[in-house]
This record gives sequence, C-alpha cells and structure tokens, in this order.
Amino acid sequence: MSAVIAVDGLVKDYGAVRAVDGVSFEVAEGEVVALLGPNGAGKSTIVEILEGHRRRSAGSVEVLGVDPGSAPRWFRDRIGIVLQSSGIDPELTVREVIDLYRRVYRRPRPTDEMIEMAELTEKASARVTSLSGGQQRRVDLALGLVGDPELIFLDEPTTGFDPAARRRSWDLIRNLADRGRTVLLTTHYLEEAEHLADRVAVLARGRIAAEGAPAQLRADASGTTLIRFRLPEETGTVESLLSPLAGRTKGRGRHLEVATETPTADLAHLTGWALHRGIELAELTVASPTLEEAYLALVSDDGDEIKAGFGETGGEAETEADGETNDEAETEADGAGGERSE
Amino acid sequence: MRTLGLVLSQIRSQNRIFWRVPIGAFFTLVFPVMLLVLFVALFGNESFDTPYGEVTTSQFYTPGLAVFAAASATYTNIGINLTVRRELGILKRVRGTPLPPWIYLAGVVGSAVWIALVSTAAMVGLGVLAYGVNIEAAKLPAMVVAFVAGSAVFATAGVAVSALARTMGAAQSMTNATLIPLGFVSNVFISLGSTGDPPRWLEVIGDFFPLKHFASAFGEAMSPFSAAPAFEWGHMAVMGAWLAAAALVAARRFRWAPAPVSPRRSRRADLG
Repeated sequence: MSAVIAVDGLVKDYGAVRAVDGVSFEVAEGEVVALLGPNGAGKSTIVEILEGHRRRSAGSVEVLGVDPGSAPRWFRDRIGIVLQSSGIDPELTVREVIDLYRRVYRRPRPTDEMIEMAELTEKASARVTSLSGGQQRRVDLALGLVGDPELIFLDEPTTGFDPAARRRSWDLIRNLADRGRTVLLTTHYLEEAEHLADRVAVLARGRIAAEGAPAQLRADASGTTLIRFRLPEETGTVESLLSPLAGRTKGRGRHLEVATETPTADLAHLTGWALHRGIELAELTVASPTLEEAYLALVSDDGDEIKAGFGETGGEAETEADGETNDEAETEADGAGGERSE
Repeated sequence: MRTLGLVLSQIRSQNRIFWRVPIGAFFTLVFPVMLLVLFVALFGNESFDTPYGEVTTSQFYTPGLAVFAAASATYTNIGINLTVRRELGILKRVRGTPLPPWIYLAGVVGSAVWIALVSTAAMVGLGVLAYGVNIEAAKLPAMVVAFVAGSAVFATAGVAVSALARTMGAAQSMTNATLIPLGFVSNVFISLGSTGDPPRWLEVIGDFFPLKHFASAFGEAMSPFSAAPAFEWGHMAVMGAWLAAAALVAARRFRWAPAPVSPRRSRRADLG
C-alpha cells in the first residue's frame, strides 16, 4: 500500500533555532498516527508543513503524492485541517459558518450532519462568539471534516474539552478511521494517543525519540524497573556512597531513582549498602514504569535543554505556546517564510 | 459559474458580518450622514439663483461627504476588518481550504463596495429629499464612474493597509490618521478656497493623494456649473496610479498567517 504521508529527513529552522531536526516517518492509508510530545517538541510545525502552511528548510515531504509546499488546489479539497490557531468568524452562527465553508468543497457533507456530529444541534442558530471554548473547538472539528476529506490533520483536537466531550470526540475520530480515512494527530495527552492511534511517534526536541504501536512502546518500557527511595539528610552524596549504581541514579535532592533491568541484584546491592551503614531508605518502592513514565523518560532529559536553548537564542518565534493558548507564538520569525506559493 | 457562485456567497457572508457589528455599521453609515445634518444645521442651507437655476449650499456639501462615506466604507473597513480576521486566524483557516485566496479577497472587497454604495446613496438621497439637492440624469453616468473608480482605489488601499499593519490597533491608527486629515485638504469636509487663501502646501498635499481626485470627480458630476457628461479623466488617471501602487503593496506584502505574538499576549487564550 502506498504511503499517504511520506516524510524523509525533514528539517525546519526558525532563524538559529532548529525546531524540527531530521524527522522521517510514513503514514499508510487508513492509519491513525499520533505525534506525541511536550510543547515545543515540533509537533505543530511538522503538521503545518504537511498541510502546506509552512515551508520546510530541508528534507522531502510528500502528502497524497504531491509536495504540499506547491500543491494544486485539489490537494486542499482532499485534506481536512483542524488547527489550534485558526479562528472562526465570530459574528456568524454555527449553521452559517458551516454552510459558508462547505461551499468551497467539491463533495461536502450535509450541514445538518456536521452540526449533529459536533453535538451543536441546540446551538445551530447561536453566534460563534457566544459559544464556550469547547463548543468552538467542536465547530473547528466540523469545519475540518465538512469537505469529507480522505486525510485529516488534527492539531491537539481535544485540548479544552471536558472528559466526556473528549471521549465522544475519540469515538468520532475512531469512526473516521473505520471509514478508511487517514488521520495524523498531534497531542500531548498520552491517553489520547494510546486510545486513538495505531502508531505513535514520540517527539522530543524536534526528533523522533521513539516510534511504534502504543502496546509496543509499553512493552519496550516494561523491560526496565524503577527503584525509588529517599536518602536521609545526614548521608553524604550519592556518588560517593553508591558507586555501582551511581551512573544510573537520577533524581533531585535526596529523592533518587534507579532504572534497572536487573532489579533483584541492584535492590540487593542497595539494601545491603543501606543495612551496612545503618541507613533507613524512606519511601523505597520498586515498580514497573507505566507508559506515561516511559514517555516522560523519553522526553524529560530534554526539558532543561530546550529552555536553555530558548534563552540563548531569544527564540520566541519557535515556542509552541502551551495547548491551552495556541500556536500563534510559533509563527515564522522570517515573515516571508510563512507563505506558501499558490 | 461555480466561481461566480463562490464569490457571491463570500460577499453575502461578509455583508452579513458587517450588519452584525453595530459599531462598524454606525461609523460607516450613520456617522457621515450625521455630518451632513450637522453641516446644514451649522452653516445653513442657503438657496441662491444661478444661471443654471436655483441651487442650495447642500449641493456642495453632499458630494464631499458622500465621497468620505464611500472611502470609509472601503478603506477603513477593509483595512481594519482584514487585519482583525488575520489576527483571529480566520485568514489562515481560509488558506487551508480549496477556496482560491483571490475569491476570499473579492468577497471582502465586493461587500465593502456594496456597503459604500448604500452609504453614498443614503447621503445623496438625504440631500435630494431633505435639502433640495439636484441630480442631473445626464451626469448620472459620470457619478457612477467616479464612484466605481474611487471605491476601487480605496478598497485596494484598504487591502494594502492590512498588508502593512500587524495588529488591529495599527490598522485603526493607519486608516484614521490618513483619511481624516486628508479629508480637510481634499475638499471633502470643507472647500479649501472657501476659507480665504489656504497655504499652497495644503493644496499640493491634497493634489498628491487620491481623495481629492475622488471628491473632484464626484463633485463635478454633481455640480450645477459643470457641463454634461462631466467625466473627469484627469482625476481618474491619478486614481488609477494610486490603485496600481496600492495593488503592488498588497500583492507583495499581504500575509495570511497571524503575525508572531509574544507569549505575553495571546489573544485567543480563552478559546484554547
């Protein structure tokens, strides 16, 4: 089966900041793939390059067989976009705005079906400006799907939804996939990626840190065990005390953590050391990491470095605003670069 | 056919948006008419006999204010509205759909020209009905041509303003700081010659910018002293040059994506 999306060695620079650093992946027809990562990891930048909203700095990108940077008009007839940062005419009603946008597609879905799908039947005659944030996001979703696209980009589709609305949106997205649509979504909710995606790519600092089915990621993660404990105040530094474990011991202050594939031996070593010295290790636990911990382990090393990078370069332009706001902050530093050619 | 249908649906929806923002509708439609009422109340509406028949002073206030109404309905409205729509990310959404960008802009411009027509007609209509203003059928084509040329220039200039302005505040300042002062040197609010001997440089400024040429072309078509058909091709040529310049700025500088904002002020934070 041919790939609907093929990305190879994608690079995006904003001035001196490299937001996307050599990303490669493919999405097959009918697949639901999630780009999972913290804010600033480059998820939105990648999606906007695939949509044709941004230009890439290097690498090759093919979507539906064409380069989105110079795609013909039919390309946008066959994709649906739900962005974090695109607004809706506030003065129009829900029905009017769906009607307005459905006209521009060749084979649109009926307006009523979209209103029902977005669960806005009672709000159909209400102006967009009077809707709650979550309701506006559902109009966003309806506008992205009204053209009956075969490929759908969802950028943080359920940010701002209450848990019940999030569950219903998940059903909706799964339903699209069941009808053979291809979906590429970004999210920073691990649960969302796990629930929706056939495949997850974990992004950190503009690179893919791990990729695979959610179950695969969990299985990879479960090979390691975490031993956690707290050192008493009067003890010296861990480096001097725990030499065999020192290289693998992480943590802040006196709360320490050892990730190990040989938990029995390491635990024996640790407890033996503590007994010998008469130290009581408070809060000692031994556990398999959850998928969330595996994910955090993949991306957590990067947090401080990302921040440092921002400071040095004044990279306001690169920052992905957090999900509760929007991605405007991430817009091009060089004004001209954001435009695509027609 | 499909293209025409799309243009019309865009115009309709932009019109709808216009009527639903009362403050915008007030400044575009009511405010200029209010000026005419004020002018007549302040300066009177004397009627005097001329070789061409009886003429009231409103005959001279009305075309200037009608031109001001047309210019604000196009220039100010487009400049501000397009910028707001860019800031809200609506233009970005449009660019993600198969709608050709020029059709979206045609909808915005077409709607503004329609509103300008309503506004100009309201002004001239009030003059005719309430203040004894005469319209000559033989010069009506010249009025229409002057209106079309003037609204085309100021609509294009509005798009150019929104190509240069990053925020709504900037677009507001740019349009108001240009149109209102120009009105005073372009025979729109007052006739420069009527206040005695105006400094030469005020006339030079007025001659350079398109508003005076719009006012002169429209004014000649309504003047009791001009000969029919009263087409003013010289003024049209100046407006044509401004239209070309504004179109060039718009084509080179217009952006669809919102300008980068500092994280401190995320306008749509509440929409997350």
